[in-house]
Amino acid sequence: MTGSNQMKLTFSARSENEAFARVAVSAFVSQLDPTLEELNDLKTAVSEAVTNAIIHGYDNDSSREVTIEASIERDTVSIIVSDEGNGIEDVELARQPLYTSKPELERSGMGFTIMENFMDHFEVASRVDGGTRVAMVKRIESKKALYN
Amino acid sequence: MSLQIELEHYRNVLIVRLYGELDHHTANVVRYKMEEALLKDQVNHVILSLKELQFMDSSGLGVILGRYKQVKSKGGKMVVCDINPGVKRLFELSGLFKIISVHDNERNAISSLEVVS
Repeated sequence: MTGSNQMKLTFSARSENEAFARVAVSAFVSQLDPTLEELNDLKTAVSEAVTNAIIHGYDNDSSREVTIEASIERDTVSIIVSDEGNGIEDVELARQPLYTSKPELERSGMGFTIMENFMDHFEVASRVDGGTRVAMVKRIESKKALYN
Repeated sequence: MSLQIELEHYRNVLIVRLYGELDHHTANVVRYKMEEALLKDQVNHVILSLKELQFMDSSGLGVILGRYKQVKSKGGKMVVCDINPGVKRLFELSGLFKIISVHDNERNAISSLEVVS
């Protein structure tokens, strides 16, 4: 494989699309032959980012849209999950383990912590009323030998 | 729906078996079914039996933590059994194992509760 391979997906901010987003990303990444653990890490991180966009970005307004862009370059997958919703006032606070802005909803406050731990690189860019963009990168180890 | 929930009563223990994927979309049905079952007086303890749970994210942690608080307020215990490696990592990362003990299977989970009841 030479150059990069890309995909872009835009879908309604509906909770049933959380499962769709996980399946779509894992199908795209399957060409790198990831291990089950790597695939589970990616699915979990995508699920967290998409769930945040729906609940926090859009307050469950299903008329809005979430976008996922993914690209594969050699053995590395990059994923960007973005919304054009509420944005996050204090990103540093939101990244604290167990912090949640919606305690009444039984949120665990672990979403960002999970994304950080399950991916190799993770960053959040957000502006109040300007939306949130989560960028994550993971190297798929199982193909490493091919590129050494 | 991509999640099925099966509830079984065994003495004063509620056994909850989850099949499929537990995320934000499916967390509500788990919350409401368990909440309802836990309102019954004869239920003290909960076993979460997760052998067939293929996927879980932080929304699942939230609903489990919510039911843990409910069980604890009744003076009961919550334990889990048969968890796969992915779910186990989430439990470890969030510190849930500090408050919820883990067992290999339902039989061991039941005997751990009978000791304390």
